Amino acid sequence: MKIQIAKNRSLQDMVRHIPFQQVADAVTKACLEAATHLPKDVLDGIKKAMDNETDELGRDFLAQYLKNAKIAEETGLPLCQDTGFAVFFVEMGSMVVIDGGTVSEAITAGTERGYELGFLRKSIVDDPVFKRVNTRTNTPPIIHLTQVPGDRLSVILAPKGGGSENMSSLKMLTPAAGRQGVIDFVVESVIKAGGNPCPPTVVGVGIGGTFEKAAFLAKKALIRPMGEASPDPEYAEMEREILARINASGVGPQGLGGDTTSFAVHIEHFPCHIASLPVAVNLNCHAARHAGFEL
Amino acid sequence: MAEVLKLHSPVSREDLKNLKAGDRVLLSGTIITGRDAAHKRLVAALDAGQNLPVELKGMIIYFVGPCPAPPGRPVGSAGPTTSYRMDAYSPRLLRECGLLGMIGKGDRNDEVIAAMKEAGAVYFAATGGAGALISQCIKHCEVAAFDDLGPEAIYRMEVEDMPLVVAIDAEGNDLYRR
Repeated sequence: MKIQIAKNRSLQDMVRHIPFQQVADAVTKACLEAATHLPKDVLDGIKKAMDNETDELGRDFLAQYLKNAKIAEETGLPLCQDTGFAVFFVEMGSMVVIDGGTVSEAITAGTERGYELGFLRKSIVDDPVFKRVNTRTNTPPIIHLTQVPGDRLSVILAPKGGGSENMSSLKMLTPAAGRQGVIDFVVESVIKAGGNPCPPTVVGVGIGGTFEKAAFLAKKALIRPMGEASPDPEYAEMEREILARINASGVGPQGLGGDTTSFAVHIEHFPCHIASLPVAVNLNCHAARHAGFEL
Repeated sequence: MAEVLKLHSPVSREDLKNLKAGDRVLLSGTIITGRDAAHKRLVAALDAGQNLPVELKGMIIYFVGPCPAPPGRPVGSAGPTTSYRMDAYSPRLLRECGLLGMIGKGDRNDEVIAAMKEAGAVYFAATGGAGALISQCIKHCEVAAFDDLGPEAIYRMEVEDMPLVVAIDAEGNDLYRR
């Protein structure tokens, strides 16, 4: 019966129209929320680390992060002055139409307004090599758009600071390197980063695909709720092993010593070429900000 | 934990002599800020034999690009940026301009540490990612130079009890390399 009804409906009836401004406004709100509000999974992670941290200075830094989150919440000041590159993960239902522009235009407009309204820092320069002139709008944003079935629009914003982003690394391993090669590369990358990415970090790891796919997966791994294990038991075991080795290094909060160098390791994987084993590492600072909405 | 020391900026070599890597410090007084683009211009001015737009003698420079000030506040969120990007410039400012302190986050290279030892300077770590908390210690903030650089301009700040850790002391002891 239901199938019959669906067949009788015209395509026009099934399409869902979302006004441009509604998308832009939701993006603006997400920019403000992400900059000033530390998500519960991150707060819980910091509290748990405080219970386990044996280094006195390390514990003091963790306590400062909690105090900082409280001040940001109360004053509306951003958690960190580096309010980041605005990175969006967008899943757009195939039946969704944005009235008045493209989804990318709506996100860009919402980002510009959010960074202005919230007194957030504009950190983007146009032309990376020569002019390096600040665009003064914090745009363009980075938008990863995927089409999915249905009539919903789902958006996650993960503002990304430059200090942690600069500590990213990628290596095209050979298949012979295998599990151990992957683990060694990730551990070395995180230890080498030292205090630069504002540890404790969340370690995003992308394995497989091509050069750019591995990098994308590493970034996407960072938006998983902090500490949630990979659904694949073999990868979950790798996550635990890598985390234990990183935290045995003693780098610690702010790189000044301690037991907590990373809160979590998140691995995302994808099929890859018979010749390849790409591995990418992307780090998030302890202010692992994210906010999102569904329309 | 050891007691927290008080320090007032501008500083003298004498003030810094007794600070040891690992000491916790509360800093008050006048500091200036600067990050990548401002450092590049300062060193270009030295190369060209020009006077610098700010006095660095006895000064402490804070590597920061603050958020804009919301109404009723002197400055927005203002935590440290990663310091190694200034490694290419810091030795010149230490050796030629009398700079005595730097505030940032993360380790420094051998050349910076060598220049610090010659100058008797100290490198302090502020808490990265705690920009809202640090902002509470900044009582006044104004542009001192390079206004066109926006968040990368040089600001002059009055700070009160800004919490820092001595990361590298004037003898070159380095908390990052224990």
